[in-house]
Amino acid sequence: MLITCPYCGPRDVIEFTYQGDGNRQRPQPASQDLDAWNAYVYDRLNPAGDHNEIWQHSGGCRAHLRVVRNTLTHEISSSGFARGDHKAARHKLEAKS
Amino acid sequence: MVERQSPIEPELHPGSHGNFEHGVEIILTETRPGSILQLAAWPGEEKRLMAGIRTVTGLALPDGAGGGIADGVKAVFGFAPGKFTVVDDAEGLASAFAGVITPAIGTVTDLSHGRTAIRIAGPKAEWVLAKFFAIDFALPAFPVGAGRSTTHHDVFAQIQRTGADQFDIYVFRSFARSFWKALCHASEEVGYEVQ
Repeated sequence: MLITCPYCGPRDVIEFTYQGDGNRQRPQPASQDLDAWNAYVYDRLNPAGDHNEIWQHSGGCRAHLRVVRNTLTHEISSSGFARGDHKAARHKLEAKS
Repeated sequence: MVERQSPIEPELHPGSHGNFEHGVEIILTETRPGSILQLAAWPGEEKRLMAGIRTVTGLALPDGAGGGIADGVKAVFGFAPGKFTVVDDAEGLASAFAGVITPAIGTVTDLSHGRTAIRIAGPKAEWVLAKFFAIDFALPAFPVGAGRSTTHHDVFAQIQRTGADQFDIYVFRSFARSFWKALCHASEEVGYEVQ
């Protein structure tokens, strides 16, 4: 599996570290909304298909990346810096009703 | 300054080694630069940092990821967004940057005692390095002066191409001897000379 780092170019997955689900929305630190905290800690989409993820190029430029990976085929359809304007939002977690 | 000891010294055996009956195709050296610095710009301050590097070293960094330049005495290359490695044969580069890279622009970290610089040169340099690192070493993909950051068995390495068949590799000092031995083993089959 190759991940294209926006700085370093395509690199082997061994250089990257998975930093978790990219759909999570962390509540404000002072928030006492237990549902929001519960969703942040536990709720995951677990899709069979495209999935928003955060990866770090820990064995290269060490930048954090926002990646869309297909969980069935491992195809990387989008990658960019987590910081900045890059948007790779698909299957956004719906707000808890 | 305190005299710096080489971490490679016990394994550094000058002369020709390996399969060199048909000629030596790899030359390995420890370059021992006096200064190895890491410069990092705060977001948005990259241009000012690059201007500061030019002021101090006289080297004009090209734009673009992994861009770099070397003049034989000093070298600079980008290894991450807004971050640069600057190398000088002379000591004291950190103090030269102290007044130029202000806290508003970014940071200067002196790694002179923390990194070891190894030079691999020769017609088979690309070929030997391709056994170590999963990156493209061909000249069009990795032009002269450019820098790359990658790993070999989890040992972080920064590589700058300083000639068509010459690369300077910066590794952690504590891993340098092990990396050097691996580099020697990998060079055996084409014949190598340690200088």
